[in-house]
Amino acid sequence: MLFAGIIPLMAQDVASPEPFISAGNTAWMIVATALVFLMTLPGLAFFYGGLVRRKNVLNILMQCFILAAAITIEWVAFGYSNAFGSSSGALAPYIGGFDWAFLSGIGISDVSPYYISQSVERIPHIIFILFQCMFAIITPALIIGAFAERISFKGFFIFSLLWAVLVYNPVAHWVWSADGWLYKLGALDFAGGTVVHVNAGIAALVMALMLGKRRGVNGTPTVPHNIPFVVLGAGLLWFGWFGFNAGSGLAADGLAGNAFLVTHVAAAAAALTWALIEWFFHKTPTTVGIATGAVAGLVAITPAAGFVGVGGALAIGVAVAVVCFIMVSIVKHKVGYDDTLDAFGVHGVGGILGAVLTGVFATASVQSAYTGAIEGNFKQVGIQLLAVAVVAVFSGVMTFILFKIIDKTVGIKVKAIVEEEGLDIYEHGESAYN
Amino acid sequence: MKKIEAIIRKSKFDEVKGALKEIGIEFFSYWDVRGEGKSRQERVYRGRVFDTSVIERTMLSIIVREKNVNKTIDCLMDSARTGEIGDGKIFVSPIEKAYRIRTGEEGDQSLFIKGEEE
Repeated sequence: MLFAGIIPLMAQDVASPEPFISAGNTAWMIVATALVFLMTLPGLAFFYGGLVRRKNVLNILMQCFILAAAITIEWVAFGYSNAFGSSSGALAPYIGGFDWAFLSGIGISDVSPYYISQSVERIPHIIFILFQCMFAIITPALIIGAFAERISFKGFFIFSLLWAVLVYNPVAHWVWSADGWLYKLGALDFAGGTVVHVNAGIAALVMALMLGKRRGVNGTPTVPHNIPFVVLGAGLLWFGWFGFNAGSGLAADGLAGNAFLVTHVAAAAAALTWALIEWFFHKTPTTVGIATGAVAGLVAITPAAGFVGVGGALAIGVAVAVVCFIMVSIVKHKVGYDDTLDAFGVHGVGGILGAVLTGVFATASVQSAYTGAIEGNFKQVGIQLLAVAVVAVFSGVMTFILFKIIDKTVGIKVKAIVEEEGLDIYEHGESAYN
Repeated sequence: MKKIEAIIRKSKFDEVKGALKEIGIEFFSYWDVRGEGKSRQERVYRGRVFDTSVIERTMLSIIVREKNVNKTIDCLMDSARTGEIGDGKIFVSPIEKAYRIRTGEEGDQSLFIKGEEE
């Protein structure tokens, strides 16, 4: 999947040259890691923060901020080991064990056991750990969009931590670890279409369904309190996504260049398509619309970035804008769930579509070993669908169980007065605008 | 002495302020208000078109002596008007008493500064 071609160090052929830390690749990966961090803080925080009502903006910013802090600690404590480490026996394909807990035994001159195209010129292991840490942070943060404006901070915090440990880490292991059972199945996911977007998107849908609608929200959308924040956040997401996708090759090479190119093209195609749809059907292209379109395009190209060319990127960008537009403007309201900021509508739906279309548009001209339906490899679409289904079912069921446990113990939905007067005052003792 | 309250278009505020200054009305209070009415504005959010009934206007509260009442009203009628629906309203009501806190002056005298105006 992501690390198509990973071979654990010990399995290396003795005749092949000894891997070493490449200064060029390391320099790029340090920058890429920082770019992915920027996606959560302040990118996603402002994108979501601007979309909510003014009484709840601090709650959103705080949720993103505390996840950046808490997941980092969880990641170095045992999260990285669970996701990317190895365990013995029957558990090996499913979870990583605790050998690397607190990064024990990992030195500053150790080379990363994970690589994609550059098997010799690698990056430090600790940079790989940090790069993956940023992914572990943003994934639970994406779910915030679905339960925004009505979840208690305590319930949110416990849910997100447990979700990171019990859902994100295992799924990352299945898909990205050399031992992972989904990785061995041969599905393609360059930068996290299934692990990040489908995973978070399905959790978002379950949370929105379980929590129920916000009080007083019936059909009429709540108006975003600060649209310039939304545009600022979307711009930072777009910018940070270059690190997310072009960094997922773990090297500064042509494959990274291709990921950068198709990421940018798909985002542009989706943003433009969304704006044109609105222009045509509502007479006015909106800023929230173009920003949403760009994010949908970025989501969809994520699994495909290392496998498709410009043509595929254009097709994926246009398709995801059309599908996500229909989801958030028509289907959501017909079905009647309150996915506050369309975390499912954009990340879930965009992620599923991107994962499937990766199986369609993968071309040998990018990575010679991987082809999709357009080059005759129809089987790949089936493998993509299977990987999506597995992750969706696991994420959905686990999210349901976690919700029930937290709801019955500490409680998860805020009282009516808190929802009406705003989470900022009751949950944080602050107000954003004074 | 009368209180003249006017609800006007926000876009007309600068014009109204200038016109009032020209006729010598230099002191008044104003604030932004929201109201209900028949006017509907279409908004779009992620492909959903919806109406807002919120009508945003500016409200002026001007306390004037009897001799200035008519010219103030004429001035407002003239400077706040566009001719389209939604230009606003003017309400006139009597003021019983008025005091200037600094000097203790009462009635009409509390409204203007001696020496600067007759």
